Amino acid sequence: MVVYIVQRILAAIPVMAFVALFVFLLLRLTPGDPAAIIAGDTATPAQLEAIRDSLGLNDPLLVQFFSWIGDLLRGDFGTSILSGKPVLNLIADRMEPTISLALTTIILSVLIAVPLGVIAAWKQGTLIDRFVMLLSVLGFSVPVFVIGYLMISLFSMQLGWFPVQGFKPIGDGVGPFLHRIALPTLTLTLLYIALIARITRTSMLEILGDDYVRTARAKGLPERKVLMRHALRNCSVPIITVIGIGFALIISGVVVTESVFNLPGLGRLTVDAVLSRDYPVIQAVILLASLIYVVINLLIDIAYVLLDPRIRYT
Amino acid sequence: MTDQSASSVVPARVTALARAREIVFSGPLVTIAAGILLIIVLSALLAQWIVPHDPVRLSPGVRLKPPSEDFWLGTDAYGRDLFSRIIYGGRISLVVGVAAAIFAVVLGLLLGLLAGYIRWIDAVLMRMVDGLMAIPSILLAIAIVSLWGASLWTVLVAITIPEVPRVVRLVRSLVLSAREEPYVEAAIAAGTPTWIIMRRHLVPNTIAPLIIQGTYICASAILTEAILSFLGAGINPETPSWGNIMAEGRIYFQINPGIVLWPGLVVSITILSINLLGDAVRDALDPRMAKRGIER
Repeated sequence: MVVYIVQRILAAIPVMAFVALFVFLLLRLTPGDPAAIIAGDTATPAQLEAIRDSLGLNDPLLVQFFSWIGDLLRGDFGTSILSGKPVLNLIADRMEPTISLALTTIILSVLIAVPLGVIAAWKQGTLIDRFVMLLSVLGFSVPVFVIGYLMISLFSMQLGWFPVQGFKPIGDGVGPFLHRIALPTLTLTLLYIALIARITRTSMLEILGDDYVRTARAKGLPERKVLMRHALRNCSVPIITVIGIGFALIISGVVVTESVFNLPGLGRLTVDAVLSRDYPVIQAVILLASLIYVVINLLIDIAYVLLDPRIRYT
Repeated sequence: MTDQSASSVVPARVTALARAREIVFSGPLVTIAAGILLIIVLSALLAQWIVPHDPVRLSPGVRLKPPSEDFWLGTDAYGRDLFSRIIYGGRISLVVGVAAAIFAVVLGLLLGLLAGYIRWIDAVLMRMVDGLMAIPSILLAIAIVSLWGASLWTVLVAITIPEVPRVVRLVRSLVLSAREEPYVEAAIAAGTPTWIIMRRHLVPNTIAPLIIQGTYICASAILTEAILSFLGAGINPETPSWGNIMAEGRIYFQINPGIVLWPGLVVSITILSINLLGDAVRDALDPRMAKRGIER
């Protein structure tokens, strides 16, 4: 078990190393002078030189890479070109709305999507099943921001139930927090439900055809127990896997949703950074998002062993 | 789209057309989806003869008008006809969708074949694939666009790169299982050159899954293009694309929500239709995969 966990952690290192190399090369291999691209058209030669200096662009490529990696490992993600503040501080300031949105979304969508998927599989071929399938295709087809604007138009502008935009930290009270985060969460949840409900349904269908489910039914167990105790427990592995894979989807969704609802989170920070070509910020957000993704999937791999005693790793 | 996709969906055989017809008429929803796609493709192709107004001419006198007889869906903040702009916008989205699907499939096929067949390449390539998949695709795309500038080509590259790893994995797994087949082992034992084995035995196994994956990539590329434009990291804002129209409509949402919602409806219906058609193709070409549910 411990060996397995250590192996998994070691296997994550080359993945992160490649992400870092990719992010590094993306700037350096950009045609033209990276400093000029970052500084924009109005930069003076002195400003250009300052940027080259701060990015270490005057050094050989290999030196640049390793000194950059060294900085990262020490927690130095560089300075924002736009605001001149350390990137890490900017990110820390913007964490709360993003984490809040991601967590509320994951919780709400698992609560909705898993039962939906179970019911769809249980009632395969019926109207309920078709409805769930259509909902999940819709989730893949409608852009998040369109869902967001539909929500605003319906719940904020027509019904007046929720504020159009904005964010209140949970420290200001749970009520105001939930009131502000409700619409963004609902928006992102619709996207995520599509993914989870679909996988739940597929793996549930497979399991419902298995012998032990037939046995459980044959010995007269109530259908509810068959579903919950025998079937659902056995498809926890694929469901958890997809929650992990879906995390990348959530990060992408958060970026868009935050812009729609004007939440001052990491997504807004990134979009603002893109518009002003603040590459150190973009770079740090990508590294951070990938790191979180890798860590979450690592935790999920470990959770497999705990959830499914059949899986044994040595 | 039916005519075009028919020739690409099924390997060139006499039965290709019959097969396509079978897929299109396999269910009422699929037929409707195919019909909608046909209309959208035709209207994008024939845009200059369909549109009632010049999509880029500014008419300050008729800013932000609601739908009327003259302007079917109303006008935007510069008095441009929304309906005409949406018709023209289809061109960009469809080109991006189809091109991204072709690029990603071709690139993924080549890399996947290498990974599936040559051990040391596999080890390196799979680490790269894992790394690329760890980067959220929208972040990767906006980073590329923000660095390389917003041209159609950059956007295309930015959308294609995040799609390639999935294709590589798909092809690799297909190649790995095909390699175990007796006929491939026989070919290897007979000393058949590797590239002939690939072309004759391995590639044919990948065609059906790749066509299916290709339709999903097409749908997801159209979605990503819209999102990139919406975030301000897409193609030149002066070009009418569905994402750009919506991006411009954002600040006027409370005055004329149609500027965001109409293109949004069209994008959604287009992507939905492609996805439904993709599901139908999957059911027809690969019943096993239909049961498993392909990885998206």
